[in-house]
Formats: sequence, structure tokens, C-alpha cells
Amino acid sequence: MNQPGTAWGRLPGAPQRLVALTDRFQALPDEPSLLTFGNGRSYGDVGRNDGGTLLIGRGLDRFIGFDPATGRLECEAGVLLSEIIDLVLPSGWFPPVTPGTRFVTVGGAIANDVHGKNHHRAGSFGNHILEFELLRSDGQILRCSRDQNPDWFAATVGGLGLTGLIRRATLQLKRVPGPWIRGDSQRFANLKAFFAITAASDGDYEYTVAWLDCSATGANLGRGIFIRGNHAPATEAPPSGRVLRMPITPPISLVNSLSLRAFNTLYYHRPAAQVNQALWHYRPFFYPLDGILEWNRMYGPSGFYQYQCVLPTEGAIDILSEMLGRIGRSGLGSFLLVLKTFGAVPSLGMLSFPRPGATLALDFPNRGAETLALLNTLDDLTRAAGGAVYPAKDARMSAASFQSYFPAWRGFSRYVDPKFSSSFWRRVTGDVA
Amino acid sequence: MRRILIMGATSAIAEATAREFALLGDALMLVGRNAERLQAIAEDLKLRGAKQAETYVLDAREMMAYPKLLDETSLRLGGLDTALIAHGTLSDQALCETSIETMLNEFRVNGVSAMVLCAELANRFEAQGHGTIAVISSVAGDRGRQSNYVYGSAKAAVTTFTSGLRQRLYNKGVRVVTIKPGFVDTPMTASFKKGPLWASPASVGKVIARGMILGKPVIYVPWFWRGIMSIIKLVPEFVFQRLRI
Repeated sequence: MNQPGTAWGRLPGAPQRLVALTDRFQALPDEPSLLTFGNGRSYGDVGRNDGGTLLIGRGLDRFIGFDPATGRLECEAGVLLSEIIDLVLPSGWFPPVTPGTRFVTVGGAIANDVHGKNHHRAGSFGNHILEFELLRSDGQILRCSRDQNPDWFAATVGGLGLTGLIRRATLQLKRVPGPWIRGDSQRFANLKAFFAITAASDGDYEYTVAWLDCSATGANLGRGIFIRGNHAPATEAPPSGRVLRMPITPPISLVNSLSLRAFNTLYYHRPAAQVNQALWHYRPFFYPLDGILEWNRMYGPSGFYQYQCVLPTEGAIDILSEMLGRIGRSGLGSFLLVLKTFGAVPSLGMLSFPRPGATLALDFPNRGAETLALLNTLDDLTRAAGGAVYPAKDARMSAASFQSYFPAWRGFSRYVDPKFSSSFWRRVTGDVA
Repeated sequence: MRRILIMGATSAIAEATAREFALLGDALMLVGRNAERLQAIAEDLKLRGAKQAETYVLDAREMMAYPKLLDETSLRLGGLDTALIAHGTLSDQALCETSIETMLNEFRVNGVSAMVLCAELANRFEAQGHGTIAVISSVAGDRGRQSNYVYGSAKAAVTTFTSGLRQRLYNKGVRVVTIKPGFVDTPMTASFKKGPLWASPASVGKVIARGMILGKPVIYVPWFWRGIMSIIKLVPEFVFQRLRI
């Protein structure tokens, strides 16, 4: 199993003291520096507290209440979305927003204000939180909602776990007819075509996302596959839950420029890329990578970076082309380059990442200085465009970049619990370079 | 529907096993020391499908109170046919070596109390002609090691006791299941460095519930501990005494 306290990108860090949370009645340990660790799906250091203490939050995994008539679910904050789905889907409910893995905790989903393929309709996770309970290190317990302690609500949604321990939360689930998604997938030739399909799809499709061929250059630049779908009534029994696991960490990264080009070209040209009438079970539709547990190990012992940015729609095509060109020429990119548009539903958190525009996400195997230099040039483009980089995926953005992406950070910092901190927070609030 | 008593219900392994039975719609009596934690677990198990989830506050060292506990359980669940005895502590070996009181207490909690409860359940299940008694022992009971031999010998007593009880009840329709977990990633072991030998409580709970339903005599969980302990038991004592394990 993955060592508790290890972030998804598996980049190395200093030792942390681990303290398990066992129940929602427990007081916080008397330690100088605390951070809650959920299920380790944040990529970089928002979930790390190097040299400090990590509260292992998965022990808070009890359901507290579920009303099958209204779809209100209350649970402890260490419950996984996968566990919620198992509990509520048989009675016709589903998480209102889900990221690309179902193995995230509710607390982590709030703290990172995560988004999914339905952002253009539903906004982000925080938009569906009715209430949560926050425990501060001075022992104070704050019940937070849009009406009660609204400033604490806004600070904690997207607040990267820095405002205290989220112990329990109530969320409003979404009515669905069953586990099926009906839709289609189609190839597109370039970014212009992507935006055209998006504009045509956002009205009729709850879920939209695109995969881009990041090895394509020249005339093929920006080609990819657009996938869209809606919840659909049940037709047959769900597929078996066979799960593969990456059993060991290979001594070197399995991801290199050869394997990349081969994978991307095959993926683009495979027959399934173009399907007019598709019916997916929700698992392969939302969570294609959850089928391989610990896939993050394929990048070898040095780990990897993920870069996810959002760019304002205006001028996005030019900037994306520039980014794709640089990534393609570098040969440092990865299997999965995901592109999606965010809608206009405002995020509720002070530090929430989602904002209207186009968001791009991709992995980079850690090749040291070369990789970091490329990511810095991407940051320059993002900053110039007035975009932002997603803290949940980040392990390297500069303090200056963060502060320009999230100008509300200074106001937010008043809500940071004096005993809570993270490696990320110390990094991005240090001296402006 | 099974009517199940769970002793030490707030332990991570017990709770994970209880969730398996909740999914099957069984009725549960949860026993532990902390009332509000028991109540939270009971609510959770009902949401997961338990027909019934009752709570009872008791310190396992109060062994004279066991008959009353079992009477109350039968009354509230409308009978009793299965028990999982899962309470215990991770003994501080160093303290056990210097304090008679600590050593006796650890032996009472991890060994004697489990045997007393087994004995009481055995008589009742024998009389009704059916039932399953499952007890969490430990791989630590298979051979004494310097790092935890007080805990280990208490668990060895449980293993030997349940082995004899299993024979006695075999023809009476009662199954006795001895469970020997290896390294499990529970709150008790949060700060330990984890390697490939470690298992999650959820996966351990699945194996235990299945073993209890099938009435298996001895369950090593995860399974590979059977092989590891076979080898450790084979090491001659004149070699073993020199080892630093």
C-alpha cells in the first residue's frame, strides 16, 4: 500500500509525524504544526507538512445520516466519494460533482474545492456543500454554511485544509436514474474545433471533457477526442469490479518520449475514439484511471509533476497553441492531457481554483531541472493571460505566481489556523521572488 | 440474519468486520468503553444496512458482568448466534517488564478476558446447539519474541484455549474461529513505517467476515502470514535466542 502521508506525485520530502484520527469526538493533538491528510490524491505539497505533523483523516469514515427522499447526506470528512457512491447509488443518488478519481475524501474535496466534467453546469464541489463542522486548534467548533459563519465557509471551501480540521459535512446529492452514462465521443482536428464542439455541447450535455494528443505537432497540433454524456436509465447489470494494481515502483520511469508518442497516436486512432451512441458505466466514464490502483508508480522513484491551469476563454486558443507547441517540442509531456471548459457558476471559496475559461491538465515525469524550466515557461504564459494554476496539482509554482493567481490569499490568511500549515503554504507565502 | 455480539467494537478491525455483516443485513450488539463512539458506529452501520445496531458500554476487564451482557444481548437482538471478540491493547513491553501491575493488566485484557467470554458463550451456544465464536488472537502468539512477549503470550493462551474449545464443541454444532492478523494499518500503528506486509482494516474485515460465515478453524490474515509463521516456528530455539526480531 502507499505509505500514508505520501502525495500522489510521489516527490520526495522531509519526514512528517503521523497521528491517526479515529473518530469525530477526538481533540486535536498538542503539536506545533498540523495538517490533515485525506486519501493522498493531491499531487504535490498541499497535502504535505514536511517536518510537522500530519493528521491521518481516513479514520473519520462514518456515515451520519442519509435521507433517500431528499438526497441529503451527512458523513465524517474522511469518507471517500467511492464509499458514498456505493451507499447512495442503489437508491438513485450520485455525488453532485466528482473529480477524475473517486478515491478522494469529502474533506479533501471541500479543501480543494474540486471540480468535474460537469463544471459548466454544476460549478465545483463547494457549491453543493450544505454545511460542515470545523475544529480549530484552540478547541472552538464552528458550524459553517452559506448562512452560518459564512466567512469561515468561504475560507474553508478551497482553503487547502489550513483553516482547521473539517470533521463532518452535509452535502446535497444529485438524482440519477442509475449507474449509466449515455453519450458519444468524437475526434477533433484542432483547438478551434474543440471550442466549437464545446459550445455546441454544453447546453445538452451534463458532462464534457476532451483528451488531447500532446505528442502531435505541426498540422496535427491540438487534435484530440471529445467525450460527452448524460446520466441515463439502467439497461443491464454493471460490469464486474476487476481492479489492477501497479504492484511495485519500477526502478526507472516507464514514461518516456517513445512510449508517449506510441500511446497518444494509438489512442487517437483507435476505433473507439469515434462512437456515435455510447453507453458507459459510470466507473470507466468518470474514473478511467481508478481501474489501475497506484498508477502513479509508473513514473518511477523520482515521481512526477502535474500541471493544471485555467485560462480565460478570450485568447485561450493562442495561448493553448503556444503551450502545446512547447510541450510537444520538449518531449517531456505525458499520456494524459485533458482539456475542458469551466462554466460561469461562481466558486464559493476565497481560494477556489475554478473560474470561467478553459482548463488544461497534464502529467510530467520528474526529469529535474529540465521539467521545472518547462513548467516555469508555462507559468509565464498562464500569468500573462490572467489565468491560474491549481494548487491541488502543484508542487513547484513560485510564490509570486501563486500570489498573482490568487490575489485573495492575503485576506484568506487571516482565517488560517495558527497551528495549521502545509509545505505548499509555506512555499507560496514566502518572500516574493 | 445473524445476531452478532461484537466485543471491542470501536477497534478498527472489529468495525471493518461489522460493516461486512451490516451489508448482509445482520443484527449487531456493539460493546466497548466509549458510549459516543459506539453510538456513531451504530448509526453508521444502520445506514450501511444493519437490521439493528445496539450499543453496550462495558470495560472488558469487568468479567463478572459477562453473563449480564449476554442476557441483555439476547434480549435486545432476539437471540444470539455469533460473537466476534476483538478487544485488546497494544502492550507496552518495556513497561510490562518493570511493572507487575501493568503486566497483569495486559494479560487480563488481551488474554484472560477473551477466554472467559469464550467460556460463557460456549456454554450458551452448546445448549442451543448452534453458534459461531470468533476470537482475534495474533501472529504474535505463535512464538514469543523479545519485542512483545507479554502481549504474545496472552494471545498464545487465547490460541491454545480456542483450539481446545473448538474440539470440544465440534460435534455440538458450534464453530470456534481463531483469527491471527499480521500487520494491520490501524490507529494503533499509525506512526509505524508501512511496507508490503501491511494490510488495511477493510481488507482484513472482509477476510474475517467470510471466515466466520464459513466457520473456518484458523484464519491468518492476510493469508501469507501462515507461511511466514510456519517458518518462524521452525527455527530451532538455540538459533532463535540469538535473533533480534
